[in-house]
Amino acid sequence: MTMASHTETKVYSVDEITTHIKNLLEKDVNLQNVFVKGEVSNFRNSDSGHIYFSLKDETSIIECAMFRRANRSLEFIPENGIKIILKGSVDLYKPRGKYQLIVEELHLTGDGELYLKFLKLKSKLEKEGLFKESHKKLLPKYPKSIGIVTSPQGAVVHDIIKVVKRRYSHVRIVIYPSLVQGDKAKYDLVRGIEVLNNLNFEVIILARGGGSFEEIWPFNEEIVARAIYNSKAPVVSAIGHETDFTIADFVADKRAPTPSVAAEIIVPDEKEILKEIIHLEKRLYKQTQQIFEIKKQTIWHLMSRPIIKKPWTVINTYKQKLDEETNQLRQATTVWIKAITEELKGMNGRLNALSPYAVLDRGYSITMKKEKIISDIKDINIGDDIYTIIKSGKIKSEVQSKNGE
Amino acid sequence: MENKSFEGAQKRIEEIIEDLEEGNLPLRESIDRFKEAAELLKFCDKELKEVEMSIQKIVDKDGKIKFEEFE
Repeated sequence: MTMASHTETKVYSVDEITTHIKNLLEKDVNLQNVFVKGEVSNFRNSDSGHIYFSLKDETSIIECAMFRRANRSLEFIPENGIKIILKGSVDLYKPRGKYQLIVEELHLTGDGELYLKFLKLKSKLEKEGLFKESHKKLLPKYPKSIGIVTSPQGAVVHDIIKVVKRRYSHVRIVIYPSLVQGDKAKYDLVRGIEVLNNLNFEVIILARGGGSFEEIWPFNEEIVARAIYNSKAPVVSAIGHETDFTIADFVADKRAPTPSVAAEIIVPDEKEILKEIIHLEKRLYKQTQQIFEIKKQTIWHLMSRPIIKKPWTVINTYKQKLDEETNQLRQATTVWIKAITEELKGMNGRLNALSPYAVLDRGYSITMKKEKIISDIKDINIGDDIYTIIKSGKIKSEVQSKNGE
Repeated sequence: MENKSFEGAQKRIEEIIEDLEEGNLPLRESIDRFKEAAELLKFCDKELKEVEMSIQKIVDKDGKIKFEEFE
């Protein structure tokens, strides 16, 4: 494409002018395969696998596209706010008339690099189980000793002490002075946790005030994470601001959003405990008194029963009853004997009426042979001795003759 | 109860009170429980007040641990 001469006015199509600009950009070596640093913003994925974002600094912004082919080898997913260096070329996207950087490589810088390290260690330790809820130790309810690993300077340690003092006056606080930033800080932190464990502290606070990601970095070190994990005493982390999360926070048995809150979590309110104890004491006394009261009443009740109160009255009553019953029994027996006697008499009369002797009274007689009453003529023979019994005696005779069949 | 702790003692006192509240215990046993709880209460009180507030810092030098008053 050649530019028009001043003698002849040429009219371009949109595409012609756009293509011209595109060519200009692509020919400029300063715009091809260059390194650009900035902060990622407006990051977005697409279904096609390409990623898009803006790269910005304090005053400018440039759109970036990283195609799937290039971003496949990325070892992290960029996020808004991270600082990067990228290698790419400026290109013009004709359908939108938009220039953009086509990104070939993408590297984290400064905090960005640390952030990647943080993510890698976090996922490694998580896989290893260092963050497991089941491994987390319970905090003592009423600790007698608290160890604090922190900087002896600054507000943090004083904030903690102030809160503890306000709530609970019977505790020993020991500070293990430690560096809390810089390369050597991690060794102090690890040593502090070990020393306080050896001294059998009941709970350990790991604390630091707010700072940049780089400044709080020691709390993202692996050896610190492992020292927390291996601590016998429960560890409470209170690092940076509420929004800062470090590896130490994930491993700690309890994370406190701020150092003051750490103190509140660890130390109970003494007034509350005393109230609880007094309440228990009251309940115990009241309950025991009540039991005595009930038992006493049971005894009183028993005591008021007549057998205890006036035993003789009761005994006399029984005696009297016994007498009465004896009398009744005696009377009943007499009546019974009389009745029996009467009945016997009656029976005698009736027996008499049936007796053969009663017949003799009326002038009849009974004839017997030996001891047997003769009732059949066949029973006797001529010459037998027979006896006749009459009312007043007995006659012996000899049978001279007999008649009848 | 060996090696008793404040928490353990408190829990035991609560148990005892609940037993007493149920009211099924023989008198002798009630009295024994009451005595036990009263002892534990004394223990809790002592335990609470046993430690005096102190604030120190560790000096960890040449492998030796020393304590110093803090501030």
